[in-house]
Amino acid sequence: MTDLVAKHEAGDLSQVRTSAGGRIRALIVKEGLQIVRDPSSIMIAFVLPVILLFLFGYGVSLDANRVKVGLVMQDTSPVARSLASAFIHSPFFDARVDHALAPFEADLVASRIRGIVVIPPDFAERYQAGDDTAPIQVIADGSQPNTASFVQNYAQGVWSTWLRQQAVQMGRSAEGGGLVLEARFWFNPELTSRNFLVPGSVAIIMTMIGTLLTALVIAREWERGTMEAMMATPVSVGELLVGKIVPYFLLGLAAMALCTGVAVLLFGVPFRGSMLALLAISAAFLCPALGQGLLISAVAKNQFVASQIALFTGFLPAMLLSGFIFEIGSMPTVIRWITVIVPARYFVSSLQTVFLAGDIWSLLLPSIAVMLAIGAGFFLLAARNTRKRID
Amino acid sequence: MSGDTLIRFNRVTKRFGEGPPALDAISADVTAGRITGLVGPDGAGKTTFIRLVTGLMVPDEGGVSVLGHDTATDAASIFPGIGYMPQRFGLYEDLSVQENLNLYAELRGLPAGERPAVFDRLLRFTDLQRFTGRLAGRLSGGMKQKLGLACALMRTPPLLLLDEPSVGVDPISRRELWAMVKELTGGGMGVVWSTAYLDEAQRCDSVLLLNQGRLLFDGDPRSLMKRAEGRVFQVRGLDWKRRAVLARMLAQPDVIDGVIQGRHVRVVYKERVDGAENPPVLPPLPEEVGTQAHLAPVPPRFEDAFMDILGGGPGGRSALAERIAPVEQSAGGEPVIEARGLTKRFGDFTAARDITFSIPRGEIFGLLGPNGAGKSTTFKMLCGLLAPTEGAGRVAGFDLRRAAAQARQRLGYMAQKFSLYGDLSARQNLDFFSGVYGLGRRRRREQVELMIRTFDFGRLSDTAAKDLPLGFKQRLALACAIMHEPEALFLDEPTSGVDPITRREFWTHINGLVEKGVTVLVTTHFMDEAEYCDRIALIYRGRTIATGSPDELKERVQRPDLPDPTLEDAFIALVEESDLSEQEVA
Repeated sequence: MTDLVAKHEAGDLSQVRTSAGGRIRALIVKEGLQIVRDPSSIMIAFVLPVILLFLFGYGVSLDANRVKVGLVMQDTSPVARSLASAFIHSPFFDARVDHALAPFEADLVASRIRGIVVIPPDFAERYQAGDDTAPIQVIADGSQPNTASFVQNYAQGVWSTWLRQQAVQMGRSAEGGGLVLEARFWFNPELTSRNFLVPGSVAIIMTMIGTLLTALVIAREWERGTMEAMMATPVSVGELLVGKIVPYFLLGLAAMALCTGVAVLLFGVPFRGSMLALLAISAAFLCPALGQGLLISAVAKNQFVASQIALFTGFLPAMLLSGFIFEIGSMPTVIRWITVIVPARYFVSSLQTVFLAGDIWSLLLPSIAVMLAIGAGFFLLAARNTRKRID
Repeated sequence: MSGDTLIRFNRVTKRFGEGPPALDAISADVTAGRITGLVGPDGAGKTTFIRLVTGLMVPDEGGVSVLGHDTATDAASIFPGIGYMPQRFGLYEDLSVQENLNLYAELRGLPAGERPAVFDRLLRFTDLQRFTGRLAGRLSGGMKQKLGLACALMRTPPLLLLDEPSVGVDPISRRELWAMVKELTGGGMGVVWSTAYLDEAQRCDSVLLLNQGRLLFDGDPRSLMKRAEGRVFQVRGLDWKRRAVLARMLAQPDVIDGVIQGRHVRVVYKERVDGAENPPVLPPLPEEVGTQAHLAPVPPRFEDAFMDILGGGPGGRSALAERIAPVEQSAGGEPVIEARGLTKRFGDFTAARDITFSIPRGEIFGLLGPNGAGKSTTFKMLCGLLAPTEGAGRVAGFDLRRAAAQARQRLGYMAQKFSLYGDLSARQNLDFFSGVYGLGRRRRREQVELMIRTFDFGRLSDTAAKDLPLGFKQRLALACAIMHEPEALFLDEPTSGVDPITRREFWTHINGLVEKGVTVLVTTHFMDEAEYCDRIALIYRGRTIATGSPDELKERVQRPDLPDPTLEDAFIALVEESDLSEQEVA
């Protein structure tokens, strides 16, 4: 090594003896070891999804089952008691019974109950007088309009069911043979919100891994100075990016498999499509998610800023604008337009299709195409903004 | 191939935002086959210089050519030819030593066939063979730097760039690291070694001395030191009052610089214009000094020459010490700071074991030791930030376990790297800290004004703390720590990485405060700082392995082959002694 410069000039050192493939493989192996050894990656990729699934599977429900109400019996005739028992046995209500209104009023104010059903003192009289509209009073808590309308509609339902039963018992035919509406819901017959929340939450989880985790690990490399050391080697920007994409792509798919397993086996969410379709849409979604993560990391070089950007541009839109919880159809027009560029939107609807309806490729393929297009846009921007420079 | 130009800077300027440029019109060459020291305090532009060489930054003006390639247009041709060790440990802490080596072997394109031989050579060279399976994060500071060096040397590059490789490394590893790098230059490699330690600069083959983005000197450090030759003296024969002697000496019109060195005072005289050869004479000194005091000529150090270029130090008067009231003598003769058998365990790791010392009023006591030795743990236990597992600490007569609040009221604390609020102005910081220490409204106003006047903040008093020049940051940090006129002052690495002028000014204030009766406890890994202490406790692996004045420690390791040991020599010898006796016990 007496003549290092000459050796260098002769191209001995600059000659790339191992291929770019070798460098990429080394980067992937490194990233893999880091993921396995870093408890926080495992947390985000596997523990958090399970917690999130449990939260959406058990905790959050958009169904109003067993709403707590108070039932005021100001009439104690057999007819009134029959109606009361209809309320008490209704699967929609969790009713407590009292003879006075006052105690329930206090409960309603304190939100211990969601509504009050009053059977008035003249109820039996008016019912027996053939007045089918014998009034019951329903008081609902208007501060929660959703629940209030549940209470109102369910009370209406209990009332009309009871009326029909009474009519049958009395041998009277049901009201003049008019139209009877029988609703039938497709794809999710029980209207269980879990069935569409759980597939939707898979999209949230994949956003976390693809965007948040990727942005964070790259920011961490900047913070710790490992990126600087690596930049000063012959490795290229493209190789660095691929070295990040591949491991987190695989991690995302692994998390997706875990989520699907939990959703189907534990929560009994129907899975009507094929694994192939699920794999296709997940892989397609990981493109924009990872691309966004890389783009964030090109701008934000510390973990705090990276996580903030990832939360606001990745996580929140995936949560609020993807149709996961709030239906896109009922959003204001402007917001609806914004959702067009939220990749999670296409993923959520595709996931719901695959889980609840099946492999409807005519729906899935356009979504896949849009996700890939958004992903390509992100990758292009990320590659353009990531340079082998520090300043 | 020594003498080949590896790096050429041609009027290079680099700016970051507003303010003076980080590097200002630098022209310099770095040649093969030697260690070029890139020397300067924090913020001088060292890291920017190295990053410009790597091609990871490009200059705003001028050009940088490395190995014959321009960094702005042809950075890709440079990467294969350089080994770079960034300031922060650039390796993966959750990868093992071997895995890090594998990664860099691949990134640097080392053919698989050559790997076993190269790994073997590098591991032997860095003495890391026994640790290949250990995670890099679990290595000591010195071992981390050696691993970083090994990864940078994977392909034996013609140019090796080391950004502050000796920071956070104990003096023993620092010497080993130096020896390794020295060996490499023998093979023709060109090395850039950046450092804020001026004693390291002295050993380099060539030096680029940077200060505030300007190149002050380029050449052989010995030729720089030569300019101070015959002008550097020690006032010896002082047993007492060395701080007062220093102040007196600095007041002499022909003395441009002075520091305390153990029991002696080191002074640099101005260059004589008239060319007179007569040696300078000692001015009249305070009577208590005695009659033994005399001037003895000593060989100049790099730092003496650096101060000479900068035009001398800040003088010996502390406006602060002149304005504050002397500390009232409380209970007579009782030590102000006392540690009795302080022990701290974190799980099964003992960070500090049975630390005992006591500091009388008006003494500067230093805790000296490598990073991770237990200095900070001891320090934190004594200012009530950490509860000891065993033992007790007292400050100003208050037991820290029972009366931590009262004790804290009587101590001032200056954290490492100025823990001030960067977005608040200097005045707002002062206001805030006076409030924290519970000063009354009127006294608060008085003290804030006093500090602003004393430290000469002037218009800067409304500048955000983070935008203050380094020297003013240091002043502000000190002002915030002493506004409530504490009896005891705790300083955590107060001047590491700081330029020598700011460091002298700081110690002038501290010396002034000590003369007024303030007691100081200081942690440091910095030998120059330790020289200011009256006594030092050497902390190593959680234990006190030696206590004494800097001169006592030096005398303890004096040997025929080492007649005039430095404090660093003493440190190394005492640590080795401790390692040896531990082995015997085991």
